[in-house]
Amino acid sequence: MSLTALAGQEGAGAGFHPVFPWLILALPLLGAAVNGLGAFLWRDDKRIPTIVGPAALLGSFAVVLVNFIGMSGAELHGAEVVRLWSWIVSGDLSIGVDLQFDQLSMLMCMIVTGVGSLIHIYSVGYMRDDPGYSRYFSYLNLFVFFMLVLVLGASFPLMFVGWEGVGLCSYLLIGFWYENREYANAGKKAFIMNRIGDAGFLVAMFLVFTAFGTLDFVPVLAAAEGTLAYGGALVTGITLLLFLGCTGKSAQIPLHTWLPDAMAGPTPVSALIHAATMVTAGVYLIARTSVLFALSPVSQGVVAAVGAGTALFAASIAIRQYDIKKVLAYSTISQLGYMFLAVGVGAFTAGVFHLMTHAFFKALLFLGAGAVIHAVHHAWAHGDDGHGDGHGDAHHGDPNDMRNHGGLRKFMPRTFVFMWVATLAIAGVPPLAGFFSKDEIIWYSGAYGYPILWGVALATALLTAVYMARLMVMTFHGGNRTFGHGGDAEAGRRLHEVPAVMWAPLAVLAVLSVVGGWANIPEALPLLPTVEWLHHWLEPVFAPAIAVKEAHGFSPEYRSPVGGGEALWAGISAAIAIAAVVGTVRALSPKPVPTEAEAVAPTGFARVLHDKWYVDELYDRAIVRPSLALWRACWRIVDAGIIDGAVNGAGRAARLLGWAGGQLQTGRVTTYLVAFMLGALLVLGVLS
Amino acid sequence: MSEAGMAGALGLNGLIALFVSAILFSIGVIGVLLRRNAIIVFMCVELMLNAANLSLVAFSRMHGIEGQIFVFFVMAVAAAEAAVGLAIIIAIFRHYEVVDLDRFRLLKW
Repeated sequence: MSLTALAGQEGAGAGFHPVFPWLILALPLLGAAVNGLGAFLWRDDKRIPTIVGPAALLGSFAVVLVNFIGMSGAELHGAEVVRLWSWIVSGDLSIGVDLQFDQLSMLMCMIVTGVGSLIHIYSVGYMRDDPGYSRYFSYLNLFVFFMLVLVLGASFPLMFVGWEGVGLCSYLLIGFWYENREYANAGKKAFIMNRIGDAGFLVAMFLVFTAFGTLDFVPVLAAAEGTLAYGGALVTGITLLLFLGCTGKSAQIPLHTWLPDAMAGPTPVSALIHAATMVTAGVYLIARTSVLFALSPVSQGVVAAVGAGTALFAASIAIRQYDIKKVLAYSTISQLGYMFLAVGVGAFTAGVFHLMTHAFFKALLFLGAGAVIHAVHHAWAHGDDGHGDGHGDAHHGDPNDMRNHGGLRKFMPRTFVFMWVATLAIAGVPPLAGFFSKDEIIWYSGAYGYPILWGVALATALLTAVYMARLMVMTFHGGNRTFGHGGDAEAGRRLHEVPAVMWAPLAVLAVLSVVGGWANIPEALPLLPTVEWLHHWLEPVFAPAIAVKEAHGFSPEYRSPVGGGEALWAGISAAIAIAAVVGTVRALSPKPVPTEAEAVAPTGFARVLHDKWYVDELYDRAIVRPSLALWRACWRIVDAGIIDGAVNGAGRAARLLGWAGGQLQTGRVTTYLVAFMLGALLVLGVLS
Repeated sequence: MSEAGMAGALGLNGLIALFVSAILFSIGVIGVLLRRNAIIVFMCVELMLNAANLSLVAFSRMHGIEGQIFVFFVMAVAAAEAAVGLAIIIAIFRHYEVVDLDRFRLLKW
């Protein structure tokens, strides 16, 4: 059934009808169920999860691909909404399990199932020796299912189901090795931080319902301009609360601290959930509700400022981290900041474009880091200790620590090449993917008239190139430090390239990291025929929001804050990226790197960056400890004092009364007789 | 009914009987309260019962035959009670070889 007619959009859904829409969701869910059952029934048999896990995703990807091709062949101007069944019908409220098929959701589905499939295949190799193999694939399949619900959900509540579901799977997978208390706590931290944001999402949803009387995207967005006053308090409140949800899910300031800790999970999980897909849900939410955001310039400004601030802030931390996954985690936060900057200034296409290219190269970086960790771990563990978990045994140290890597180009040549591709892509070196997407964000932040944010974005681009080059130098260049300085001979015997099942997905992602950016070649640089392809693809989705902005005088000026056109500034930012990469490699390569054991604590400002600007400590002092003190007071005074006191007091009073009564019973017949006498006299006295 | 009226209806013998009954009852109460020998206490209980009987008989002169019939019931019940009571006392004596009430503290909790 199509709801587009309700929205009053003309020509909606002409020529496009989704093929087996339910199958997209059903396959990952089925995979999760089979693998979940397998975690109990055939724990040690790895054949079934090996087939079912990736196959569920590949099947889903195939269905998405068919629909994507079908949609690109058809003229679709609205959204095609498919109702699977009615879900909540109560009074004025009617919500169905509706799947929304439009250009944006299909693009997201392509990313989720495509990158997800590659990561599932990679996981077959990475998790090979893990005792929780079947459980792992069950969680991973379930995650993809919920992510697809989030993406395809045609109403706020259904999206919220996916939103919460991916949070749950994120929690389960961060704490996958739950025997380690620290990892389990990291999972809890992620869940709790997300809850703060989710509260915002929920309240925003209530406000939307009060304002519109419905929660479906299509009618809400169609009616938004007529219902809500431009720049009014209500639309600003709704969008800021939605953005609070985004800061939680997408790890933006001030709720960013959970993402670096989320690296406790297996590395493919970091690649899929904490880099490529789930954390981009916030950007997707803003893109989905772009009209609402376009109606509130205040919210737009807040989103852009928080995004740019987060981008710079996280990039500065990434420069001083030694854990390879922490560098990538802060890099992810920083790149997500870019996306929010884009959707904040109104360049929705640029935000989604960067979301897509980032999914390619960041997944590649994480999987490459996973390959490195895998190799180092196995080298230390003599190639086989029954744990593919990549987490250090006390004997050697932390396999995630780049000070224990070095010179890996000799031992892992394929991973080395793929990682450099991803590094150049994220650093913004043309003609790789990151160059096009990031440059577009920088360009539009200037073109829409935010000179400060434009400067911040440029500075962040520089930092990005620096920390990524530093990561590459520390990991792959110089001498090997895995077995101490000068341990190359032993390293040569023990360090090996990862198996094909792991490097093949890397190769695919490397290709995507190169060509992904060509999907949206800027008009200023018409090098390929795909000029503005993504922009045209997403135009039906973002046109209403752009129209609102233009109606109120927000249109790009096509010049940077300090003059010059797009081509010039693209060249300048490419030059900055190349110079930063080359400069960093040349500056760091000759420097000997101390091993983890020899490391000295950094001092001065470097220490502030190394310690992540002390945000965790600040939250600990300002929120966690006062809360704990309050809860402790509640426990000691209210619970243990008043409530327990009342209960125990009642018991004690009953006992005292019983004891007093017992004292009357002396057991002596004469006492009883006296009492009997007195009683009899009393009765006589009363009666007469 | 005034006191004089009551005295008139009972007659002199009736009044004497009531006085005797009161004295007997008081002796019984005092004996029950003060004596420690279970047998004596038991006998005092019987005394109280019979004091009550006596007053019942005395009042029956005024109110009719029901009082005397009631006395028979009381005597029957007293006989049954005596049988049970004495049996208990004998059982206690067999166990403790005394019948001093102060020595028994069984009747508590």
